[in-house]
Amino acid sequence: MHPFLQSLIGGGLIGLASAGLLLFNGRIAGISGILFDAASRQPGHWRWAFLGGLLAVGVVARLSGMQPSPALAASGLPLLALAGLLVGVGTKLGNGCTSGHGVCGISRLSPRSLAATMTFMAVAGITVLIVRHAAPMLGLVRA
Amino acid sequence: MKVLSAAILGVIFGVGLLVSGMLDPAKVLGFLDVTGQWNPQLAFVMGGAIAVAAPAFLYARRRSASLLDAPIEIPKGQPIDARLLSGAGLFGLGWGIAGICPGPAVVLLGLGGGPAWVFAITMVVGGLGGQRLIVNRVRAAAPQGA
Repeated sequence: MHPFLQSLIGGGLIGLASAGLLLFNGRIAGISGILFDAASRQPGHWRWAFLGGLLAVGVVARLSGMQPSPALAASGLPLLALAGLLVGVGTKLGNGCTSGHGVCGISRLSPRSLAATMTFMAVAGITVLIVRHAAPMLGLVRA
Repeated sequence: MKVLSAAILGVIFGVGLLVSGMLDPAKVLGFLDVTGQWNPQLAFVMGGAIAVAAPAFLYARRRSASLLDAPIEIPKGQPIDARLLSGAGLFGLGWGIAGICPGPAVVLLGLGGGPAWVFAITMVVGGLGGQRLIVNRVRAAAPQGA
């Protein structure tokens, strides 16, 4: 299957799950919010159930022989930890991530989510530009 | 029922992430690398997701309760402020470094082994730390006894 079609189908499933969480549970499928609310013990078993469903997919994929992308570990643990902290603080302060702002927010035409999505996309693009192109040129990191 | 539906929807969401390619940081970074060898594949993920979710959000707006009779909790229109934009900026910085956002991070806990746990744990620490930051600032801004 063409990768673009595969991504379109995968995206459709993400949209379906987001629609379902709103129509059945009345909740926005924003993963960062669901995760942090669950971790800070907000009442609501549905959060753990949703996160458990996500995790189960990873476990089943692993058990059926799928390997994670080598790119996962490529940046090294210190950078991965730094990135994790930034993603955590950023999505908390900004009230959402790719799912909450990028999918659900834009789907309901929220100006706030549109602004947030344009901001994190732009900053992520500039970050990749610096890490992949500018920093190697300046001899700061290996390309 | 709400717990069961959330679990099933979590599985569907996770399969969507897996099928779409979002679990591979190489693809994510390739999508963000607009000036290099740009891989537009992941634009189709957001496009497909919004195409399916948008009608549901329109429909939900006209309902007073969800199909399982839960209140429909859609955020009220708040202003675009510095906190939103600086948070989104920090998120973009982290996303651009590792190529992992929160949804894939949770699925990768089951698939990715040690590095995935390092990312997810620091992400939750960052989120809970950010929470304290917000609470403290709100307290500082509020008058005594409020």
